[in-house]
Amino acid sequence: MRPTFRMLNESLVEQIIAEGMALLREPGVRVHNEEARRLLAEAGADVDEAALVARIPEAMVLRALETTAREFDLYSLDGRPVVHYGGDQVHFDPGSAALAILDPETNRPRVPTTSDFVRLVKLVEQLPQIDAQSTAMVCGDVAAEIGDLYRLYLALNFMRKPIVTGAFRIDTWSVMKEMLSAAAGGDRALEAKPIAVFDVCPSPPLLWSDLTCQNLIDCARAGIPAELVSMPLAGATAPVTLAAAVVQHAAESLSGIVIGQLARPGAKIVWGGSPAAFDMREGTTPMGDVGTWMIDCAYAQVGKRLGLPTHAYLGMSDAKVLDAQCGMESAGGTLLGALAGVNMISGAGMLDFESCQSLEKLVIDAEMIGMAKRLLRGIEPRDEPIALGLFQKLGHRADYLAEPHTLKWFGKELYLPSPVIERATTDGWLRKGAKTAGERAAERVNSLVASYRPTPMSRELRAELRAIATRAARRFGMSELPALPDVEA
Amino acid sequence: MSTALLERISASLVEGDPDGTVAGVRDALAAGLEPMAIIDGALVAGMRTVGDKYASGEYFLPNLIVSASGMKQAMALLEPELKARRQEVKSAGTVVIGTVRGDIHEIGKSLVATMLAANGFDVHDLGVDVPVDTFVARVKETGANLVGLSALLTTTMHGQKDVIEALAKAGLREQVKVMVGGAPVSRAWADGIGADGWAQDAVSAVDLAARLVGRA
Repeated sequence: MRPTFRMLNESLVEQIIAEGMALLREPGVRVHNEEARRLLAEAGADVDEAALVARIPEAMVLRALETTAREFDLYSLDGRPVVHYGGDQVHFDPGSAALAILDPETNRPRVPTTSDFVRLVKLVEQLPQIDAQSTAMVCGDVAAEIGDLYRLYLALNFMRKPIVTGAFRIDTWSVMKEMLSAAAGGDRALEAKPIAVFDVCPSPPLLWSDLTCQNLIDCARAGIPAELVSMPLAGATAPVTLAAAVVQHAAESLSGIVIGQLARPGAKIVWGGSPAAFDMREGTTPMGDVGTWMIDCAYAQVGKRLGLPTHAYLGMSDAKVLDAQCGMESAGGTLLGALAGVNMISGAGMLDFESCQSLEKLVIDAEMIGMAKRLLRGIEPRDEPIALGLFQKLGHRADYLAEPHTLKWFGKELYLPSPVIERATTDGWLRKGAKTAGERAAERVNSLVASYRPTPMSRELRAELRAIATRAARRFGMSELPALPDVEA
Repeated sequence: MSTALLERISASLVEGDPDGTVAGVRDALAAGLEPMAIIDGALVAGMRTVGDKYASGEYFLPNLIVSASGMKQAMALLEPELKARRQEVKSAGTVVIGTVRGDIHEIGKSLVATMLAANGFDVHDLGVDVPVDTFVARVKETGANLVGLSALLTTTMHGQKDVIEALAKAGLREQVKVMVGGAPVSRAWADGIGADGWAQDAVSAVDLAARLVGRA
């Protein structure tokens, strides 16, 4: 049996959905994108062009829920389905779009650069527990206007795993799509076997900005999956009661499904989010708070009730360095998200709310993710009867280490951690240099990055990607992009 | 009698009961207390207690906001009375505040605006995603002596520098002190872009504002 965690009872789920739909009728959703308002009006929504508000009838929402994709796969660059959005399958990717990296030398955040980003992509490739890449940091060594597409450009050069990404502008989305299409072997191939999903974020409460709405429409039309990232902030931009925050999430996400389906019926859209419980002292958005986890698990359950693929930002910490708070918060969210059956859990490696990536944290988080995945496989009988045969054979002898049964099963039954997890005796630990988890993690980052092998992407394709990214860079006054580490050496 | 009334007003402010504050101010006026005595003897002291309780960890942001609201409602009642006596509360300063261009984050900025208003500043809140020229125009228009610039993104915090430069270009930089805030903003950043001050949170922003305009 796969262990599962359900946050809400069924009647509360139904009420949340009903109230979410009611919010779309009154007060309606603010839509700052002209095309989306036109689509909504044509389909029968009551659109107030002066207030930029669309009131969406329930029938429209139900129609959209009928056409939206129930499940889909993301593919690796070599064409294998490796991430399944749908059902209770659980995958993990690093938290995205950090503005800082925790420098392991100084133990302080700093602006990430091209080489940091490439190291992270290589590390993710080498971590078996992490299923997908993400455009996890924004590089400070290129023009801010191309910050989004440059991350994707770098990642495509080094990744095999699919990628969770997102655009910061309307005009950069098409550049990103052009690169994805080139890497996938054309628009058709990209649609048939998507290698990326785009995060699109409504603004709380109940607002679709021009940018994010256009990204959603463009993704739907291009057959590229979009991940709705609704982020009610309970007590600030959303009601403080957790259930009401989930209602707001439902309304924002349902309106996203409607807009996406109007742009193109059948569009692949993920019921995702990044809500938080507001910190009432600091005015910050704690991602390691139990309230945050509860809202996440609750909306994931709502999404499952609607039969949709799900996503959440979990497994992050608000700590600033790799300390006890960091471990505690990351473990809590990771475990709960896994038990809630969230299809894609973004957040590994992330510190300081959602603003600082740490490669060292990522390898520690990967161990927690490995354990969470083990937990999800549950406890199986394995033998029938379960234990009687073994005891008939061994009686009171404790010789299981030498038993063929142990050799047969230990790799499947036990989670086997990397050396990041210290399980030696105290003497053994002292002999190895008495290193902290952070120090062991730093060593593992170095060894994993060193073990990375380049992908078979051709020189022609690499040149094509560079040409696309360089053209975009020149529009914003950057004549040349930084040299690509290793590949171009 | 008057001491008991003033204490009641102050306590209602601290306890977050704006209706009680308003009723207390009405009673105090009816009992013949001078508006200035109510402000100095109850309201200012009450808000100071609220600030102290936040600083000590007893109070949270919702407590600050409800007390600020009580203060605002009390002042709305008292202002006509002051006017009738040809008196005025000397404004602690005139502030133009907003979140810079390209940034739609509202919470922190509004919190600072609320706390400044509750502490006697004349606050002009321009909202979010405010163009550089709007800041300059409103400073000119209001004769402000303080500008508050909020930014929550590293991609938009440069907007703070743009406003400071535009104020200088418009010849207004000598007239105003500029304070900056927001998650990615640090003291070093504030110094680097030529701001006059940086505050960590809304309560310390009030102290900073008072210091910058020479009232603390």
